[in-house]
Amino acid sequence: MAETVTLGKALNHGLRRALENDPKVVIMGEDVGKLGGVFRITDGLQKDFGEDRVIDTPLAESGIIGTAIGLAIRGYRPVCEIQFDGFVFPAFDQIVAQVAKMYFRSLGNVRLPIVIRIPYGGGIGAVEHHSESPEALFAHIPGLKVVTCANPVDAYFMIQQAIASDDPIVFFEPKRRYWEKGPVELDADLAGAYPLHASRVVKEGADATVLAYGPMVRVAVDAATAAAEDGRDLEVIDLRSLSPLDMGPVYQSVRKTGRCVVVHEAPGNLGLGAEVAARVSEECFYSLEAPVLRVTGYDTPYPAARIEEDYLPDLDRVLDAVDRSFGW
Amino acid sequence: MANGESEPGADVPVGGFVQLLTPDGERIDSVTTADGVTYSVDFTDEEYRGLYRDLVTVRRLDAEATALQRQGELGIWASLLGQEAAQVGSGRAMRPQDMAFPTYREHGVLYTRGIDPIMPFGLFRGVDQGGWDPNKFKFNTYTIVIGAQTLHATGYAMGITMDGKTGSADGEAVIAYFGDGASSQGDVNEAFVWAGVFHAPIVFFCQNNQYAISEPLEKQTRIPLFRRAAGYGFPGVRIDGNDVLASFAVTRAALDQARNGQGPTLIEAYTYRMGAHTSSDDPSRYRIASEVESWKARDPISRLKAFLTKQQLADDTFFGQVDDDARQLALDLRERVLAMPDPQPVAMFDNVYPHGSPEVDAEREQFAAYHASFEGSAH
Repeated sequence: MAETVTLGKALNHGLRRALENDPKVVIMGEDVGKLGGVFRITDGLQKDFGEDRVIDTPLAESGIIGTAIGLAIRGYRPVCEIQFDGFVFPAFDQIVAQVAKMYFRSLGNVRLPIVIRIPYGGGIGAVEHHSESPEALFAHIPGLKVVTCANPVDAYFMIQQAIASDDPIVFFEPKRRYWEKGPVELDADLAGAYPLHASRVVKEGADATVLAYGPMVRVAVDAATAAAEDGRDLEVIDLRSLSPLDMGPVYQSVRKTGRCVVVHEAPGNLGLGAEVAARVSEECFYSLEAPVLRVTGYDTPYPAARIEEDYLPDLDRVLDAVDRSFGW
Repeated sequence: MANGESEPGADVPVGGFVQLLTPDGERIDSVTTADGVTYSVDFTDEEYRGLYRDLVTVRRLDAEATALQRQGELGIWASLLGQEAAQVGSGRAMRPQDMAFPTYREHGVLYTRGIDPIMPFGLFRGVDQGGWDPNKFKFNTYTIVIGAQTLHATGYAMGITMDGKTGSADGEAVIAYFGDGASSQGDVNEAFVWAGVFHAPIVFFCQNNQYAISEPLEKQTRIPLFRRAAGYGFPGVRIDGNDVLASFAVTRAALDQARNGQGPTLIEAYTYRMGAHTSSDDPSRYRIASEVESWKARDPISRLKAFLTKQQLADDTFFGQVDDDARQLALDLRERVLAMPDPQPVAMFDNVYPHGSPEVDAEREQFAAYHASFEGSAH
């Protein structure tokens, strides 16, 4: 039976189920225990599973990831919480130089089934380091897989799929969507869930393709709704998996529409949109009626909260890009 | 001596160290530190001879590797010359169930674990990145990023506790190797914090070989490294790192404490890197010959040889036999290193992800097709 839950609560339910299903799953991070995390994603888990399963760690991100590696070598499946996007960088070395490479280095002998959860993105009126979108930095690293959820259903199943996977996965959570609600079949079998590393058409359309992920999916869907009033039928695809990218549905869509706009909060320069645009250009060259256009955050450090709405892609900027595509 | 530890002098650093065998080969029965801990060893004659054999063997294999590098057969080699006692003593102190996390210089520890010494040569010859199964050998893959492995070791040790494998004589423990340079790394300090807070069954074994490539110890610390342990809430002990007996005794005691649930220990093995940092380094640019000479007088092998001779535990026949055996092992190693096949280029696409990746698979296919396109052509 479907229960209406927020995206944050869906993650909480997913983590709970993972802890129940596999005694080797451990959650570790700053404030994840008694407090339940600053966003309450791990709320109540330490109380029910104990301090050995839900571990309040010292305040050092490299230590969180580094010790998770040792636990994984020992046979555990650590789920690490990085409190905010901008705080992941002290752990960058352990993630890039160790988590991503251990399987390769060891000739396949060592699997590190580690999930690194990172709340990311802006729109919550926060101070510096609390609103960033560093996903491209991780998607660029061979050996890491990178996914992001955009709704409660995906939050619930994708976190479980990520934990069940033996691949190291950076799991980006759209923090400003934590409070958005939707019905989730909490009893549903994980095996029947939509695949983890697959993109998904969330709204079909014939005139232009809009690609988004994480917090921007909602913006893209809203833009499609608004465009419909102008008689434009937009297709919206949630990329979901940022590494590897699942481009099949994207190519299929662009071959149909001939136009493609890709949206993300992260700065445009060398962002996911650049990679997507390059691949669409290579694969759909003769179908394109216009270049692939990007709607992204600007190439500045994330700005002060009072002006962040001007930085973040919104419905109007997406529609503007769609207009430009049609005007080409 | 007030506390039983060696007093500072020409060969003893300020703060002293635990020494059970002097550079002249004099045996010290036991040493009681300022913390009131007494260290000693109780070896049979055969065990003393075994340690000598270990020391000579790992030095000989190391020399062979250096030669192989000079002859262009290895891309690089990180020599352990001078650090044999620290490695053999601590390596032999491990019990079978213990787990080691090495840097890239612990060839001597690897040898004492009973592992085929050829294992790390794939890394240095450039045919792989040093791949083996850490859990099979109880010896993690070599870690090149300085200090990173101390966190892995600490996490592994936390796992031992979570598995309920501490608190008895047959419990498990971890030893994490690192150097004086690594002691400055954030990761090492975080590992100390974690180990202290979680009371992890781990021994941090710092081979202070006085140099981080060119930078001498005083660029890393204002106090003796072993004293840092106090700030993290666990004991720190310094040993004469060129004394295989002290290395064994103190490491054995620390590992047994850890397995019994008494938490971590930091051991600083005060030693000297007799060779270059790696075969790519030129130490004549940053240290003087007389310093190296003074450390030669503290050689780990000659002191044990002197002890064995004085105690009539071994004679020239034995020493000659050990040399011959070590040479034979080295020649065998050489042959097998030279026979190591280069990997197939397409192997670069293997083992990127446990579950694979359609993107990597696609590149593998493109790579194969590109190379296949040259088949049958004159070029």
